[in-house]
Amino acid sequence: MTEKKKVSRRKFLIRGSLGTLGVLAVGTYVFRNPIRRMGLEMAETLIPPYSGEGTDANLWFEITKDNQVVLQSPKVEMGQGTFTSLAQMVADELDVALDQVQVIGAATDTGIVDGMSTGGSLSVASLWTPLREMAATVREMIKAEAAKQMGVAVGTLSTSNGSVSGGGKSMTYAEVAEGVTEWKLPKTPELRAVKDYKFIGQPIKRIDLAPKVFGDPIFGMDAEMPRMLHACVIRPEHVGATFKSAETSSAESMPGVVKIVQKEDWVGVVAETYAQALAAKMTIKVDWDVPKQWTEEGIRSILQVGKGNKMITQKQGGALDEADAEVVSMEFKSPIGAHAQIEPNGALALVKDGSATIVLSTQVIGVTQKQVSEALGLPLDKVNVIPTYLGGGFGRRLNTVHAVQAAQMSQAVGKPVKYFFTRKEEFQHDTFRPPTHHIMRGKLGADGLLEGLEHHYASGDVAINSVILPPMLTTIFGTDIGAMRGGNIQYDKVPSHRAVQWHTTLPFATSWWRSLGLLANTFAIESFVDEMAIKAGKNPVEFRLQQVSDKGTGKRLKAVMQKAGETYKDETINGRAMGFAASVDAGAPCAHVVEVSIEDKEIIVHKVICVFDCGIAVNPDQVKAQCEGAIVMGMSGAMHEQMTLKDGQLYPTIYGPYNMALMRHAPKEVEVILIQGDDKPYPVGEPPMGPIGAAIGNAVRRLTGERLTDLPMRLA
Amino acid sequence: MKISFTINGEQQSIDIEDGNTPLLWVVRDMLDLKGTKFGCGKAACGACTLHIDGEAVRSCSYAVKFAEGKNLTTIEGLGTRETPHPVQQAWMEHVVPQCGYCQPGFMMATAALLEKNPNPTDEDIDNNIINVCRCATYVRMRKAIHRAAELTQSANPVNQ
Repeated sequence: MTEKKKVSRRKFLIRGSLGTLGVLAVGTYVFRNPIRRMGLEMAETLIPPYSGEGTDANLWFEITKDNQVVLQSPKVEMGQGTFTSLAQMVADELDVALDQVQVIGAATDTGIVDGMSTGGSLSVASLWTPLREMAATVREMIKAEAAKQMGVAVGTLSTSNGSVSGGGKSMTYAEVAEGVTEWKLPKTPELRAVKDYKFIGQPIKRIDLAPKVFGDPIFGMDAEMPRMLHACVIRPEHVGATFKSAETSSAESMPGVVKIVQKEDWVGVVAETYAQALAAKMTIKVDWDVPKQWTEEGIRSILQVGKGNKMITQKQGGALDEADAEVVSMEFKSPIGAHAQIEPNGALALVKDGSATIVLSTQVIGVTQKQVSEALGLPLDKVNVIPTYLGGGFGRRLNTVHAVQAAQMSQAVGKPVKYFFTRKEEFQHDTFRPPTHHIMRGKLGADGLLEGLEHHYASGDVAINSVILPPMLTTIFGTDIGAMRGGNIQYDKVPSHRAVQWHTTLPFATSWWRSLGLLANTFAIESFVDEMAIKAGKNPVEFRLQQVSDKGTGKRLKAVMQKAGETYKDETINGRAMGFAASVDAGAPCAHVVEVSIEDKEIIVHKVICVFDCGIAVNPDQVKAQCEGAIVMGMSGAMHEQMTLKDGQLYPTIYGPYNMALMRHAPKEVEVILIQGDDKPYPVGEPPMGPIGAAIGNAVRRLTGERLTDLPMRLA
Repeated sequence: MKISFTINGEQQSIDIEDGNTPLLWVVRDMLDLKGTKFGCGKAACGACTLHIDGEAVRSCSYAVKFAEGKNLTTIEGLGTRETPHPVQQAWMEHVVPQCGYCQPGFMMATAALLEKNPNPTDEDIDNNIINVCRCATYVRMRKAIHRAAELTQSANPVNQ
């Protein structure tokens, strides 16, 4: 899609008024697709519309006096390595050295932040063409200007390491740019061939490596302002509880307390130090209205295939007849999942003299600006949101509404206020990964292949009710496009196949969690397909390969299956069995082979081989890092994690009791094999998570004969 | 109350009303050393790990009054860009961090482990490095810990 967009869709604005000598600021890269077109693209690709194309992806370069190129990134860095890949892309087309590129997260006052979010693994994929075109255009602009200043023909000039040379002369970009206010805008230059790039395709070390190894204060939690105060907000323990009133008299006289801030639906305390704010908070008694004591059974009773809004997300051929004795049916479940990112949500806010400054870790810079502006009644341009590095994103920072509370508390005291969640609040007030329920149905034909395959699945909100998805789109599609990730059947040669989604809004917030519906959906589908392969008496890799066509991503899916399949052995050796599973997410196919044993009823994953087609790997080392992380985080979700409702409250509320994969659970060996099966980069951060749960379950099935159908997987 | 200790080689004296205040907040907010992170406040994640007299301690659950007279080291004092600690060197060689938030805690826990056990086995690592990393960088971390052990031993051959 990106590839087809040409110059006509875009314009450059030259802004020369940054006030710093020698600064060249270039470019507003504008896409304005009609919403309908965006919808069509979404339907074609299953890529949610919350990022990348269809929104304003605006970029700015600055060239500083000391000849550094600063890229104001409209996307944030949350560990996924985007800043490094963007730097590589800039360096290659702008002809600067990598250490001449700085990438910083753009604040809203630059006017160039992504209007929607950083997410969906789309940052590098969506900026691949526009950013390189921008960099190439800036390079040509500098050359043209240099030609004028040097009095030589532009054709005689060449560029490298941030300098223009020719005719025996040489100038740095900064020297060329100094004092120039009017630039000649060239036609978009042809991009270079990928094979000619110096940095793209290389395993460049992360540009944020040193700050992260030496403990630099780069995160939202580390932000400070002079005379800053600290705050806490009291949050209910019960699901669905709303604020009635608060008794705050003892808190008011606690040491260090500056002000109790009481609003219509919440109460907070501002104090000199965090410890004082927390101590005062403990003495505040809030009267909550708890309309219902939700239970696990209560949630499961509304979250079921057959309940809620029905939407057929895929349909080929007729439906299987449940009464047919040859139709096999299995049920799968996944639990509520917490994000559990280590940096708590929080914000530093200063609201004074009719303007607001908010510093925070967020995936939604623009949305946060709008929320603060609306809540405080300030014009949008009076609210500046400054993003920091994120101590983990994973979808948890797609609604950072707590920035509003920090701003309101700052407004109440007229000083900067830093406010963040306690860990208990993080666990109880997460925007959870929704629990799911799946019914798989399948029927084998006479040839031992599937004649019919169906995935019926129920989920809570992922995209629906999200602040980053316009409600109109929900109306257009009816389905929850987030819950749908990985929900469709990839075995398109199966004569009858379909996927049917049932959507229910749950009484607690659910939202995007790394890979959205992919982990649970692939667990259900790939476990079931494996079971059908066993029933058919076929090798599970062959069984799969025979039922994928060459259409769409089919060819690339088969290639990863084949490559991973080379390492797969359908037998148990020395107490270890292998498991195989594959999925396609956002156009990026991935297959996993795992090697598993069972010791004292514990499932031990010794080795994972991951074959992943990410298209062009801008930074192969960081693509591999994302695969490794997605695999172990996926294992954590599939084997350990579970939030439970008890007496109307969500538990557990702390690490440890909330079981997660630790060092001892991580496979000793993870081998990532990258296939570059297309000429553009595909999303990377989420797709490799898809097959991990099913691959492990499939190995366990071979060891024990038991088919594990519920996440987290536990042996009987 | 007045509390004195050494931190990253420097003598520090602080005056604080409540001696039960967690050391973490003193380090972060009074001494402005932000490398030690808040993760959970209950000693459950290890993001706040620093060294007290060479031991790895989760500072969110350590009352500052107990630091009196002790020798503290935080990530800022572990090594510098010019002379990184072997753990930091190994972390960079293996490009361990992703989001990076939990990494100082892991590096401090690893440095303390290597002091006691200069050549840890995989099992030693599993049993001693029990912090939480949500990006799940464990695979590279394990390699980096073995590499840090190598670097430490080549720098201190006596330990071999």
